[in-house]
Amino acid sequence: MALLEAEGLEAQYGGTKVLHGIRFAVEEGGITTILGANGAGKTTTLRAVCGMVKTSGEIRFDGRRIRGRPTEDIVRLGIAHVPEGRGTFMQLTVEENLRLGAYGRTAKGPLGRDFQRVYEHFPVLGERRRQIAGSLSGGEQQMLAVARALMLRPRLLLLDEPSLGLGPLVVREIFRIVRAINREERVGVLLVEQNATMALDLADHAYLLETGRVVMSGPSAELRQDDAIRRSYLGY
Amino acid sequence: MDIFVQQVVSGLATGGIYGSVALALVMIYQATDVVNFAQGEMAMFSTYLAWTMINAGLPYWVAFFATLAIAFVGGLVIERVVIRPVENAPVLTIVIVCIGLLVIFNSVAGWIYSYIQKPFPGPFPEKPIMIGNVFFGAHDLGALGVTLLVLLFLYLFFRYTTLGLAMRAAAQNPTSSRLCGIRVGWMLALGWGFAALVGAVAGMMVAPVVFLDPNMMAGILIYAFASATLGGFTSPGGAVLGGLIVGVIENLVGTYVRFIGTELKLTVALALILVVLVVKPSGLFGRAAVHRV
Repeated sequence: MALLEAEGLEAQYGGTKVLHGIRFAVEEGGITTILGANGAGKTTTLRAVCGMVKTSGEIRFDGRRIRGRPTEDIVRLGIAHVPEGRGTFMQLTVEENLRLGAYGRTAKGPLGRDFQRVYEHFPVLGERRRQIAGSLSGGEQQMLAVARALMLRPRLLLLDEPSLGLGPLVVREIFRIVRAINREERVGVLLVEQNATMALDLADHAYLLETGRVVMSGPSAELRQDDAIRRSYLGY
Repeated sequence: MDIFVQQVVSGLATGGIYGSVALALVMIYQATDVVNFAQGEMAMFSTYLAWTMINAGLPYWVAFFATLAIAFVGGLVIERVVIRPVENAPVLTIVIVCIGLLVIFNSVAGWIYSYIQKPFPGPFPEKPIMIGNVFFGAHDLGALGVTLLVLLFLYLFFRYTTLGLAMRAAAQNPTSSRLCGIRVGWMLALGWGFAALVGAVAGMMVAPVVFLDPNMMAGILIYAFASATLGGFTSPGGAVLGGLIVGVIENLVGTYVRFIGTELKLTVALALILVVLVVKPSGLFGRAAVHRV
């Protein structure tokens, strides 16, 4: 059984339908990526999983139906969403941002080990833990967003364009950490990304979204070989 | 010089009350972008409840804390029942709802308790206290102390507890807060509860001075607006400090500027609002609102 499964998933903003019945899955401990151009519905797909848009169809997490539940309840099941734009609490300190990340955790208890873990992954956040998050650079804020999601001890991590607006070194660092978390802690990952090369390298499974429909899917290695994908998304 | 010190301390005492109501306004404003015009009337109504309990023979401090509890729950319920249905309505709608609440509380208080002024007991001795060679009103000092204690409690709560942190987060960034698993709606309701609690403290501290009547908070609400505007509507600490400054200015101007006296004191508050809005609209400690479009 897959960790996350969507079937016939539709989503709309106001009266405009953005997703037209898509189907995808993230395996337990797997990494799935959703590729597509601007406006294909990638961000909407992640928002649909978290109950942040109006949806119909079916979404199952761990076999349980979660569609239609409030966002905060879905998060409490162990789904951490690193949103588009990072969702940083700008006026709070780095440490307070991280504490908030653990707020929806079902296993309560001291956060010492969790802090230690994210500071190991992101030493720069440890150095700046008393700083106001708004004073961090873009790359540091992206790290903070991922770190905040980890504080939930999630079973599934939703990543929305983690590379957006960042330099290649920072991007590679963030991808490396996501891979490490996935391998060491078997956290499932659903990654939405415009940088198809990096996304396909990281993911084991990929879906290609065009104007709200899945037009191709399969193991990443297969999609990487596909001529159409190569021409349109990989650029060679 | 003695008169000056006396007036400053007495200004701080009333200023603490203005600051408390200003803080209540700012707490709700920060969370919902709405100014709760009913804040003063909610405080007045809480004070009547305290009066009822004290009259029924309860010791002052029992009535005091019972009132705080009722005010807290009341504020919470008002948010859930009255404000929540219009949560996503335009700001003007919510303002009208708040004004409706103001009128309702005022009328209900008048209906139950009549509009005749009632004396409200203070918990502090009548006798002035002499420090050095200056006399201070015991109530001034006591009210100032109680106000500062409440503010300290709120500061510690918001600064150091997880719930307080979640409430600040919900006010700043509701979307991200939901993604952290925070029940934003309940955080807003708790904010209303705390605002009502602070207002109730202000009401009970000011009632011995201005006497209890359904309109007792009208003037104080204007001073609170002046305080919040001066300190900045985006800064809780600024609102409290603004309150203290307004209280002191009001007292000193009333004492030393002969033509103002006690009758025109309220005009000082309105003039202050005007000056701040013209010179520094974000207030002394506030941030200018930046909207990304």
